[in-house]
Amino acid sequence: MDSLAALLEGFTTALQPQYLLYALFGVFVGTAVGVLPGIGPAMTVALLLPLTYSLDPTGALILFAGIYYGGMYGGSTTSILLNTPGESASIVTALEGNRMAKAGRGAAALATAAIGSFVAGTIATVLLTFLAPGIAKLAVQLGPADYFALMVVAFLTVGALLGSSVPRGLVSLGLGLMLGLVGTEVLSGQQRYTFGVPSLADGIDVVLIAVGLFALGETLYVASRLRHGAVQIIPVTRGWRSWMTRSDWRRSWKPWLRGTAIGFPIGTIPAGGADVATFLSYASERKLAKGRAREQFGRGAIEGVAGPEAANNAAAAGVLVPLLTLGLPTTATAAIIISAFQSYGIRPGPLLFENQSGLVWALIASLYIGNVLLLVLNLPLVGMWVKVLRIPRPYLYAGILAFAGLGAYALHFNVFDTLTLLVVGIAGFLMRRYGYPVAPMVVGGILGPMAEEQVRKSMAISQGDLLYLVHSPFAIIAYSTMAVIVLTGIWLKRRRAKLEAAPKLVPTSAIQAIDEPTK
Amino acid sequence: MRSASGPRSAALSRPTARRFGVATLALATGLGLAACSGTGAQPTGGGDTEAVSLDAVQLIAPADPGGGWDQTARALGEVLTSEDLVGKAPVENIGGAGGTVGLAALANEKDPATLMVTGLVMVGAVETNASQSRIEDVTPIARLTEEPLVVVVPSSSPYESVGDLVDAIVKDGAAISVTGGSAGGADHILAGMLVTEAGVDPADVPSTLNYIPNSGGGEAVTMLLGGTVQAGISGVGEFAEQVEAGELRALAVSSGEPSELLPEVPTLSDEGYDIELTNWRGLLAPPGIDDADREALVELVTELHASDAWTKTLADKGWSDAFLVGDEFQEFLDGNITEVTETLQTIGLVAK
Repeated sequence: MDSLAALLEGFTTALQPQYLLYALFGVFVGTAVGVLPGIGPAMTVALLLPLTYSLDPTGALILFAGIYYGGMYGGSTTSILLNTPGESASIVTALEGNRMAKAGRGAAALATAAIGSFVAGTIATVLLTFLAPGIAKLAVQLGPADYFALMVVAFLTVGALLGSSVPRGLVSLGLGLMLGLVGTEVLSGQQRYTFGVPSLADGIDVVLIAVGLFALGETLYVASRLRHGAVQIIPVTRGWRSWMTRSDWRRSWKPWLRGTAIGFPIGTIPAGGADVATFLSYASERKLAKGRAREQFGRGAIEGVAGPEAANNAAAAGVLVPLLTLGLPTTATAAIIISAFQSYGIRPGPLLFENQSGLVWALIASLYIGNVLLLVLNLPLVGMWVKVLRIPRPYLYAGILAFAGLGAYALHFNVFDTLTLLVVGIAGFLMRRYGYPVAPMVVGGILGPMAEEQVRKSMAISQGDLLYLVHSPFAIIAYSTMAVIVLTGIWLKRRRAKLEAAPKLVPTSAIQAIDEPTK
Repeated sequence: MRSASGPRSAALSRPTARRFGVATLALATGLGLAACSGTGAQPTGGGDTEAVSLDAVQLIAPADPGGGWDQTARALGEVLTSEDLVGKAPVENIGGAGGTVGLAALANEKDPATLMVTGLVMVGAVETNASQSRIEDVTPIARLTEEPLVVVVPSSSPYESVGDLVDAIVKDGAAISVTGGSAGGADHILAGMLVTEAGVDPADVPSTLNYIPNSGGGEAVTMLLGGTVQAGISGVGEFAEQVEAGELRALAVSSGEPSELLPEVPTLSDEGYDIELTNWRGLLAPPGIDDADREALVELVTELHASDAWTKTLADKGWSDAFLVGDEFQEFLDGNITEVTETLQTIGLVAK
């Protein structure tokens, strides 16, 4: 119970009025910058880090925690409203969130994202408090073969994103994998498909692929159809009571918890990362959805926002486990947290909890407070953000294009990225026009390089022995679980086919009435 | 394509457009963001005969925000302005391809009052990326800091000295895997130098040395703690905590003198290997600037080095002072480039 006492001490520090003000300010600034398209949390934190330099370490860490959470939530806001995710972890949020916004349920999507982030952040912070040292010891035991098993599981879940036509989905996935090949190969340091362009040496940033396909492609597509008849106005609900209906709450709480359960452990794994967690969460929500909710997937299902957003936030807290206990930065944001620590003369590592326990617990307490303030600040603002959608379509779309271009430039302050965005955007428009789903392409672009790196490393370590891929307990469990799920899926499908072959006894209207009690 | 007419040269004629992205951010937050909002008038450079105006100096970090080069550039900017050595010292990030994207931009820079952060990683990246712009093309100004590398093994490893480890690699070849940073980076180069120094025929080095590179930070530590690989090489900062905690055993450091972070650990030359390789950082200026401009920059950096604020920054960040200017730096740089290029050819990353 030492950690509990230490955490309470951390809270007494972090709850002093001036620190609360720092936290509130941090959340506000973080949201304001994070909301700009193309700017993910890592970038937000890096850009705003200098603000913390003039404060004492505690104040700086609290301000920092506020900026971090604000930046993350700001990213979700633009993903939902404008379809321009600023980092790979909010790409899944854009999938269902933006559809919800277009159906006039943007406020509900923003609210479930905010509350889900809060719930997940809270639970994950508690887990961090009590389990950090134990989990960290387990997580470092995982090697490249285990990570590869995790990637394979994530790849299979892509099936959920393939859309109605599997061949077209596979084409899209293949395009994504191809884009993922561009850049410097990790193991040999050789460049592939860079055509001598230095800006391509680090690969195509996945944010460019996502924003290009989602925001640019979609905008161009809708714009190209504007002349076909009257413009449909995006409805915006009024009043805070309409943010989340009772059925939204009912449909959200389980995904929040499941998202947390998926996100936290994957965040703690040194090569996990929040993006993999969001994919797995989305896939499991889609699999578990029943009735009307299942049909809504792909058209704006609230579960598809609630789960991944919770997973994203839980993973963000999970990332702190290896960071604080082992000094391992496993994401870009974590690397910036380390450099922030260093500017206060602190070196994160196995001795951090002993040497700097006051500061560490103040950080954990301030993450918690940042989480609460995020909810306090952003729920009232949900209504304001949603009004963005009431801007007349031509202006809104012009704005999205301009912001997407600016966001692409802001990634590396490089015009080449904006040009890449344009090319990907046109590709996205053509794909949309001819009925190819774009989500698998984004997933291929993210997971492909990760999986390749891990399998290459495994092969290098084992000197080409394929059995190395299944030598560890984790990998064996992952592959067996996957096999069981796939086989059960096939079995269930057959059984359903048999059942559906039998005559239906209940009129469908009666089922619909049960499924839609609120209407 | 980028090197020919990069956005920087286009932006030079429109100084306000250059900082557009960052300026927008600053506006959006309603804050100054002192360290990165470099808007404002800045001399766009005089002719070749005019001496450098040291009212302002443009700093380029050839990496994205957050990394070592970025931190160096921002720390420089802060000390230069707080000590009133210059009025303005805005930092611009031109990241990518191990710094060679930034190097290409510097090669096209016309404003002599420009300093770009550089280092060992860029020396290697010029070769591995077959960069069009080379460090020899621009004007070297100074070396500022350095970090020794350290060779470590897990604490349960049978290897007690760097000699044990290298002998095992020579004997068992690829069965012993060594991890560290990116392929062709400082860690990989040191591994190659060790194996070559141990007498392995250069032609056999690629098949003998099984080096597992990592792109992300911390992955090397994970692999060592999990027992996935047998040895690791990285900057002392990355491994020091684990060494102190007794999880990793440090065998040797790569600097001439023992490292401040790990004073007990012998150097490679103590252990009988004639190798010295540190991860140094320094400053470069645009190509073709005249002597007066160069002198002014050297003087500025020398003043910076003498300031208490810089001494304090070095201590705060844990950077070792490795100040070198003028001919001495030129000599060091030439030697470094030759040595790195040769090693990269030996380990098979660059064609001979």
